[in-house]
Amino acid sequence: MSVRLTIIEQMELIAREHGKILAPLKEDLVLADCGLDSLGFAVLVARLEDKLGIDPFTAAEDAVFPVTLGDFVKVYEHGRR
Amino acid sequence: MAGVDAPSLRAAIANAKAPRFFWDRAASIRFTDVGRGTSFGARLAELAGRAVLLATASQLTSALALIELDGIARRIVILPPDAAAEHLGAVIAIAGVDAAVIDDGTPPNGALALPIRVPCAPTIVPMRASPLPRVHTEWVLMTSGTTGVPKMVVHDLESLTAAMRASSPADGATVWGTFYDIRRYGGLQIYLRAVCGGASLVLSSAGEPVADRLARLAQHGVTHLSGTPSQWRRALMTPAIRAIVPRYVRLSGEIADQAILDSLRAAFPHATIGHAYASTEAGVAFDVNDGLAGFPADYIGTVRDGVGMKILDGSLRIRSGAAAAGYVGGEQTLTDAAGFVDTGDMVERHGDRFYFAGRKGGIINIGGLKVHPEEIEAVINRHPLVRMSLVRPKRSPITGSVVVADVVLEAERPGAAHRAARQIELKDDILKLCREALPRHKVPAAISFVPALDVAATGKLLRRQG
Repeated sequence: MSVRLTIIEQMELIAREHGKILAPLKEDLVLADCGLDSLGFAVLVARLEDKLGIDPFTAAEDAVFPVTLGDFVKVYEHGRR
Repeated sequence: MAGVDAPSLRAAIANAKAPRFFWDRAASIRFTDVGRGTSFGARLAELAGRAVLLATASQLTSALALIELDGIARRIVILPPDAAAEHLGAVIAIAGVDAAVIDDGTPPNGALALPIRVPCAPTIVPMRASPLPRVHTEWVLMTSGTTGVPKMVVHDLESLTAAMRASSPADGATVWGTFYDIRRYGGLQIYLRAVCGGASLVLSSAGEPVADRLARLAQHGVTHLSGTPSQWRRALMTPAIRAIVPRYVRLSGEIADQAILDSLRAAFPHATIGHAYASTEAGVAFDVNDGLAGFPADYIGTVRDGVGMKILDGSLRIRSGAAAAGYVGGEQTLTDAAGFVDTGDMVERHGDRFYFAGRKGGIINIGGLKVHPEEIEAVINRHPLVRMSLVRPKRSPITGSVVVADVVLEAERPGAAHRAARQIELKDDILKLCREALPRHKVPAAISFVPALDVAATGKLLRRQG
């Protein structure tokens, strides 16, 4: 499964588990408006570390959290290379 | 205080209808020989009236030395086997130690260069000297603090035996065993139960594998066996456990959750399974023998067996004759104005029982919400394929931290292989259990299967700051 699909699958799963409704997951969707709260994102990052083997945010000292879904996916795609 | 009438340990070991022994891996020592002899050669008199550091490596020499020092030394400072070498100098200075008891395994340490160093050997020679004057002996135990010089807690034989009922039959047929080291409070309780209660005791030896220890416990016909829930979970993973048939199984030192109580019930259908609550400072407060986790709500607010309990700011407070007298040096106070010790153990009431939620200092903060790792572990441990688990914080760039779980599965059984595909399914299954029982911030963000979890020398699950 691609990095992008893994991320989207996990976002949908966490939204279901947490009883949240996700906005349509488009490239330019602002993450703050996507429907997951901060706990949801924290869980997402931990789950993605489990699935993809990387945590690009905790690994870097000065990690900048991406603004859009497209940026978020790129951080993981970049981190995997 | 109601307790075993134990004027001295020397008197207690004489009490038996049948032969009694200390056993370790290498030796067996008969109590009647200890009663007539000495393990200090001819040097016990040098220790009379002194503050003695018990720095022996083996539990057996410690067991022998305690019998001889009780009522002879003014103070016995009991050094746990995992005590940090760099704190030894401070311990000796603070406790005013002026003599040491060592054995041939005591590691060299400059701080031990005391004027009086008496070796203790697991060989008993007849006592030739005349009896020494008896004194009141302080027993000093160390707490299992994680950093800095350990706190030194002052007990005496009366407080240490206050929780033991005088009714223990001195039939010589009881054989105690413990997974603890007898130089910490939990293990010392078992040592004293054996010595004062007419029993024998199987001691563990350093570096002894769990399977070998279980085989020795079986060989000596252990009837009463004690350990922490973590030690019991490990023992249950060892096939050698099937060789022992204890009548009494005791847990203390950590929260006994329903899963471990049920597992022990299944393994030992005819045994009494009890969990005890004790701490080095507060002493033994109560035993619960109904097979259920937690304790009845009416324990709070009433005085039972001389023990009073109350809850303040969510944590359990205990006032009891089994509590310590204070700390050495006396700079820190042990009790509040009304004489209660704050145990730092948080309890929550559900229905007519109180349950232990976790340590006051062990709370994980998830975006402002407080989580006790132990309550999540208790849920994970309910899964039939889980043997033990550790919930820990994981730093998160967004919420401060999330909780993740390391899980040890039951030993693989034929036909139930935990293969990779099965593991994903199992993770989902455990998470489902958590989601049903816990609010979402307490559901682990990730689960890892690990072959084993670290258990500290104290027998407790090792928790690192995340």
